[in-house]
Amino acid sequence: MVELIPIATLKDVNVKRRSKTILGTINHDLKSAGFTIVLGPNGAGKTTLLNVLHGVERLSNGSVNWASRDHAAREEQAFVFQRPIMLRRTVRQNLAYPLQLLGRDKRHIAASVVDWAQRAGLTSVLDHPAPRLSGGEKQKLALARALIRQPKVLFLDEPCANLDGRSTREIETVLREVSAAGTSVIMTTHNLGQARRLASDVVFLLNGQIHETNLAQDIFNAPKSPEAKAFFKGDIVE
Amino acid sequence: MNEIWAGLLAAFHLIVTLDGDLVEITLRSLQVSLSALAIASVLALPFGTWLAIRRFRFRRATIATLNALMGLPPVVVGLIVYLLLSRSGPFGVLGLLFTPTAMIIAQVIIITPLIASITHQAMRELWAEYHDLLISLNTNNRQRVLTLIWDGRRALLTGALAGFGRAIGEVGAIMIVGGNIDNATRVLTTAIALETGKGDFALALGLGFVLIALALLVNFAIHALSRTERHGTW
Repeated sequence: MVELIPIATLKDVNVKRRSKTILGTINHDLKSAGFTIVLGPNGAGKTTLLNVLHGVERLSNGSVNWASRDHAAREEQAFVFQRPIMLRRTVRQNLAYPLQLLGRDKRHIAASVVDWAQRAGLTSVLDHPAPRLSGGEKQKLALARALIRQPKVLFLDEPCANLDGRSTREIETVLREVSAAGTSVIMTTHNLGQARRLASDVVFLLNGQIHETNLAQDIFNAPKSPEAKAFFKGDIVE
Repeated sequence: MNEIWAGLLAAFHLIVTLDGDLVEITLRSLQVSLSALAIASVLALPFGTWLAIRRFRFRRATIATLNALMGLPPVVVGLIVYLLLSRSGPFGVLGLLFTPTAMIIAQVIIITPLIASITHQAMRELWAEYHDLLISLNTNNRQRVLTLIWDGRRALLTGALAGFGRAIGEVGAIMIVGGNIDNATRVLTTAIALETGKGDFALALGLGFVLIALALLVNFAIHALSRTERHGTW
């Protein structure tokens, strides 16, 4: 029996932009079996759902209640964006930044930076300017910078989009490690192969609604709705 | 043409002989303008950055006012500061009129909107770049302002240098509040105005060349110290 960890409860959640509904209305108890993959066609609302769960998207209506205490929830979460945002500093300073915000002491910061640079394969570029790294290196740095705070929940918005196979594999390896270490990972992807490789459970979004959720093996082998069935078969779903 | 040559020669002579008056006037110019720049930067850099990251009701009006204040006529600023600091004014008791402090106050008022406006422009772009990350990291306003100022420091240098350029070349306000008193409040620009009035164009031009050289020197020095060119764009 797979243990499901409560992440958040979405109550009447609705996001509108210029009177167009992007997401919702959603009432859902989101639970993760460790590695949740959010799937759905373009414009389904995957990124918006992640932003809502992370608390950085303004809701038009409804509320999100995190499983952990509300004021601590954001401290326990981290987010990796599709296009990695690099501070105009060195790789070392980028990695140190989240810990400096938390007021950690210098020795702890220095040790953590070296440790995470090693885990992300960035040791050789530690003192390089982050904005000048390659796309793959930038995404690995963004991931390491998110993980250095040891979040309980890690959100990733298509972290491997536009990356080559090698960089994708390296990032997936790190993600498997942190998931195994107990961090709940919630990630969007377009790549069904990647979803099959990583997911423990899947949230299938369609037209701003959570259309279907299930454990990965169940949803991939026997999706309930015809839309999910078509999507996993590789058909175009609107 | 002869007067320009004579001016160059006068400048050369003044510099080579380390003319006492020139050194004193130059040092006072630097003291007044750099002090004004430091004070204005302390006020304008956080304010311009704060304006870039905060959304509030009269934000657009504040930005428009700030931009309009960039064109403040120095003579009017001088007049207002004069009235405030004169014996019958609200701050007359401080006895600051016709002192370098009064000149610094006037220059701070003139260059603060300029530096704040340039800061706002530069920080707005950087904030757009950093917004999602800093929000995601749960930063507070103070941390956001400090991060933007640090990472945008090279862009802010341009604002500071523009402020310095305006301050060191300013004459109207400091003439009114400083009085161009020999050995007390005379600076390069007011000395140039005086020498021109006296018809000593060679000396006025000489002082002008010194002023230009000084402005260039300070610009190069700040660029060199901040290593702008060596580090490129980031």
